[in-house]
This record gives sequence, structure tokens and C-alpha cells, in this order.
Amino acid sequence: MTVTVAAVLAADGINIAKNVGFGIIAFGMVFAALCVVSTRNIVHAALWLVVVLGGVAAQYILAGAEFVAVSQVLVYIGAVMVLFLFGIMLTRAKIGSDEGMFNDGWALGIPVAALLFGLLGWVIIDYAGDDVIANQTPTPTVMLSDAYLGPFLIPFLALTFVLLAAAIGAIVIARKD
Amino acid sequence: MNVVALLAADPLLDGELRWTPLLIVVLKVLVIFVLGLVGTMFMVWFERKVVAGMQNRIGPNKAGPFGILQTLADGTKLFFKEIMNPARSDPWVFRLAPFLAFVPAFLVWSVIPLGGDFTEGRDGTVTWFGQVTRVQLADPPVGILLVLAMSSIAVYGIMLAGWASGSKYPLLGSVRASAQMISYEAALGLSLAAVLLSAGTLSTAGIVAGQNSLSNWNLVATGFVPFFVFLVAVTAELNRPPFDLVEAEQELVGGFHTEYSGIPFALFYLAEFMNTITMSAIVVTLFLGGPQPITIGETTLSIGFIPGALEGTLWFVLKLLAFLYAFVWFRATLPRLRYDQLMDLGWKFMIPISLGWFLLLAAIRTGDANQWNPVVVVVSSLVLLGLGYLLFVAALRVSARNREREGAMF
Amino acid sequence: MSLFLRDYLTVVWFGLAAVLLAGLLLGVSAAIRPSRPSYDKQIAYESGVDPVGMGWSQSQIRYYVFALLFVIFDVEAVFIFPWAANIERYGVFGLVVMLAFIVLLLDGLVYAWKRGLLRWV
Repeated sequence: MTVTVAAVLAADGINIAKNVGFGIIAFGMVFAALCVVSTRNIVHAALWLVVVLGGVAAQYILAGAEFVAVSQVLVYIGAVMVLFLFGIMLTRAKIGSDEGMFNDGWALGIPVAALLFGLLGWVIIDYAGDDVIANQTPTPTVMLSDAYLGPFLIPFLALTFVLLAAAIGAIVIARKD
Repeated sequence: MNVVALLAADPLLDGELRWTPLLIVVLKVLVIFVLGLVGTMFMVWFERKVVAGMQNRIGPNKAGPFGILQTLADGTKLFFKEIMNPARSDPWVFRLAPFLAFVPAFLVWSVIPLGGDFTEGRDGTVTWFGQVTRVQLADPPVGILLVLAMSSIAVYGIMLAGWASGSKYPLLGSVRASAQMISYEAALGLSLAAVLLSAGTLSTAGIVAGQNSLSNWNLVATGFVPFFVFLVAVTAELNRPPFDLVEAEQELVGGFHTEYSGIPFALFYLAEFMNTITMSAIVVTLFLGGPQPITIGETTLSIGFIPGALEGTLWFVLKLLAFLYAFVWFRATLPRLRYDQLMDLGWKFMIPISLGWFLLLAAIRTGDANQWNPVVVVVSSLVLLGLGYLLFVAALRVSARNREREGAMF
Repeated sequence: MSLFLRDYLTVVWFGLAAVLLAGLLLGVSAAIRPSRPSYDKQIAYESGVDPVGMGWSQSQIRYYVFALLFVIFDVEAVFIFPWAANIERYGVFGLVVMLAFIVLLLDGLVYAWKRGLLRWV
């Protein structure tokens, strides 16, 4: 009985191991994400966020986008989170739980989060529909450069300006002379 | 009902469960584990012995022949040492940090080509138990970037160890160390880009396969500069002398691992030396052809009496030893940099140099493809880079004058 | 077949094995080492003198600036890699676009340099 179900799924291009893997990683990510908002120590929150981002990278690998996965680790875990940690060390990184970590209006966050979740979910379902990720080959890296040196050239260069603006803004704030 | 049949229906398992590939993977894992640990122990001994030789001392000579078992003796001692958890430490992160240092150090091994059959122009694959395979655990298409990713995760081990100790000096040491590591990671990435220009692939096996003769070694093909930038950046990334400000004993006691003792300390120590070996292996893979034999023109230097598959490993180990020796040599001869000198070297010298050189190489390659005159390409690129540099110097001068006029301190 | 996924699976198992090894070392040591904690042993080490303050010190803003510049260079590197590995494919067009990209991001470094933020005083 089980065998036939598996065979049917496989015939549709649905990979069971991949889906099981997705489920496990997604569960871990949701747990870590809840920890990010509920822990009372800000460095712990940052570490749980690292776990979430690592989970995203793992999901990318499952989807065959390995360059994106490695970029996720390099940029988000390797650079952005280190930036966060440096920022935390600038302000408050005392060991032990902090009082006043919770904002008074925290309940307001729930509907906002639900709204955002609905919006993102709708966009993704609208875009992907019933498509199944082909699991035979990973996406070659060259497809990425084809995209940003092709149809996505303008967004690519726009991103440069955004980054530059962020850098200059931070530099201006860092030293007023 | 039938688990094997259920799994077998899954494309991930290749239609059927076959034991030979699984056996090969398990074998590789075992070999790498043993090699990694024994190699690390050897490296500790090697470093102490060579530094002792350079300083006219004898070095370890009691445990085993030439003192080669000294590391084992030290390690055994550490098992019996009491672990002290500082009162103000963060218990969970304090225990997590050694893992974050140790595991990434191990993971880098998985993408390094450790050998292969390159005799008579073969492509490096070997046949074990009727299976064609490579002498490396995994060969993902973005292998070399995994190494970068691992070294960016290793930053966390150091940073969190310092923070969780609840002590001032480790905290200062770890913040310093992580700033140093990320600074040089930028230069590391940019000199890697120069290698990608000539390799045309991100897989480590592919990078090795392209370097099939001495003139194709990336060391030569990228014109030496990326190699030197990479070597210096790697030394800084490893926090090895002359970039060992993290552990500058006179200032910070032991740096980030001051509060660690016993086996957690041993894990940091092992990770440090294992990183030295793996990073040397990465330098060999990227620039010196990995397990490829030395081929000049048509003649290949060959070690005759050894079977083809082993010869690659032998070449690899020989090249690796040269770099391990070089790292020890640096330690014995170069004085430590000051922190401002370190940051200046990283940001004001290495990053501009590696970017400029990369752009020059890119222009040459593009010119090659379009059959432009190489002399014109080089000269015009150099003129363009020079113009950019002059513009930059002028900007610096203007801003310095403005600041002076406004009477600002900086 | 998903050979590449199997590659990553191998790496994951390898990593788990490394975790296991580290855990084993710690476990063996925990079984055989003495444990007699006392107040004096748990004081943070500050060169033999009693520790001053809370064992925590505020870090400086310049570390933050360097981390920020690193983010920029990391993003730059991530976009350079796929292009560099296939440079012939994009020819002069790719070279010009990437030159513009690199120069634009380099402006961040130049600006920090000009403002004297790279000077470690």
C-alpha cells in the first residue's frame, strides 16, 4: 500500500525525502523564530536568528539553489549577523536576562505578523501554484549571472545604490566631524 | 510497510539501495577523521619542533621518537583537568562556542581534493570496488564557497567564546579577533575571484583539474599577486603570527579562550591547528594544482614506483608540508603587527590591490576573447586604474585640507 | 538523480560526526575529571587581581563600521563570483557593468577612508 503511494508521488516528480527534509527544517526554523522573539537575552535572540537563517540556507539547498544557499550563509550569517552582534556589543550585551526587552505594544505585533504572513503566502502561492521543483539537477550558477547581467540588470544596479546609501548613512552617523 | 521499498521509490536514493557507494563514503569519512586528527597532532608537534630548531632549542624530545607523541601526552593530560565555569559566564553559549570552532574546521576537509590519479593526463578520478570516484568526500558545484562559508561561521566560535566568558579580556580579544577575521575575509574573497577567472568553475575538483601543467597553475596564471594576497589573508584569518593579536599575551592574556580549560580548551586548540592544515590545503588546491604532479611543458615529474592513485596524494602532502613549514617559519621570524597596522594592511592595501589586480585580469581575459591587442589592453587598463588612483589621492587631499580648515580633529 | 543532494547529505553527516566526536571527547573528560568548584575558581581571570566591574565593556563604534564595510564587500564578492567564473560569456558588456558595480560599491570604502574612519587611533 505504502509503496504504491510513494510510487505515485515519485511519478509526479514529488520527492518524499526532500519533503520530509523540508518539514524537519521548517519545524526547526519556526521553533527558532519563536525563540528569537521570546528569549530575554538579546545575544541569544541573535543566535536563534542565526539558526533561522541557517535553516533558510538548508531549504535553498533542498530546492537546488546551492549558490543562493552559500550566499545566504556568507552574507547573512557571516556578515549581517556579525554586524548585528557588533551593534549589540555597542549597546547592551550584558550576560543574563534583560528587563524591559518586551515592548508595551507587543500584542500589536501579532496581527501585523499574521497580515504579513498572509501577504507573503498569497504572493508565493500566486506565483508558484502547483509547480513542483524539479529535483534532477541543481540550478547552475551561470543562471544567476545570466539573470543579473540580463533581465534584472536595472534592479541589480539599483541594489548597488541602496547598499552605498546604507554604508554612507552609517558612516555619517558613526562619526560626526 | 516495507521501508526499503518505500525509500527505494524515492529518486534521492537512485532507484535502488546500493551498498558500495555507501561503503566508499563511510570509508572516506573514516580516513578523513583519522587523517584530520593525526595530521593535527603532527602539526602541533611539527610546529614546536621547527620553532625550537629555529630558536636553537631542542623542543619536545621525551615522548616517543623525536618527541612525536608529545601532543598525545598533552591531550591525555587535558582529559583529567577540571573545567572551571566563570561565575559571570553565560552557561549555554559558553559550552556551545567550542563546537562552533571545532565543527567548521572539520567540515572544510570534506571539499578538499586529497589525491587522485593524474598520471598520463587522467582527470583525477580513481576506481574503488568498481566505482569511479574522487579522492574527496564531496564535490558540490560550489565547493570553494563552502570553505568561505565555514570560515565565516568560525568567527562565531571566537566571538561567542569571548562574550560568554563574562570576563573583560576575553571579550576584548574576541571583538578584536572577529573584526580582524571579517576584514581579511573580504580580501580573501576578492583574491579568490581572480582564481575563478582562470578556473571558470567553483568546484574544487574542477579548479584542480584545470591546473594540469606548471604554466596553468593558478599561481602563475593569475600572476602571483592574488596568491600573496590570499596567503597573507589566510594567515590573518587563522590568527597566526604575525597576525596573532587575538592572543597577544602581553595585552590580553590568552585572548578569547582565557577562561577555558580542559577539553573545551583542547577543542579550540585542535580547531586552530586543523584550520592551519585545511587552509594550507586550500592554498595548495587553489594555486598549486592540489594533487596534480608538476608538469613542465611535456615532461611530467613522476614518482615512478608508486601507483598512480597514490601519487596524487603524495604530491598533495608534499605541497601541503611546504606551506605548513612556511606558516611555522612566519611565526618564528616575523614580529607581531600592531592593531592599526593590521587594519591598514587589510583595508588600505590588500583590498585595493586585490580588486585592482582582479579588474586587470578580467580586462585581459575579456580582451583575449575578443582578440584585442594584449599590450593595448594592459596599458589602457593600467592607465585607467592609475587615473582612478590619482582621483582618489586628490579626493583624500581635498578632504584633509577641508578638515584642517574646519579645525576638526580627524 | 539528485547526486548533488547526496553530496550535501554526506557533508551534513560528516558535520554530525564531528559534533559527535567533540561531544565524545567532552563526555569522556566529564567522566574522569575532578570537579570541585569553589568561589575562588569561578572568579574571572584578570591577571591575578580581583576583577573590576561587571566583566563587560562596551565595544567601540569603529568595529561596527568595519563590519558594515565587510557586508558591502561580501555582497560585492557574491555578485562577482558567478560572473568571474563565466567571464567569456558576458564579454565587454559584462566587464563594463561589473566595473560600474565595483566602482559604485568601492565608493563606500573611499568615503569611509576620506572621513578618516579607517584610521585606527
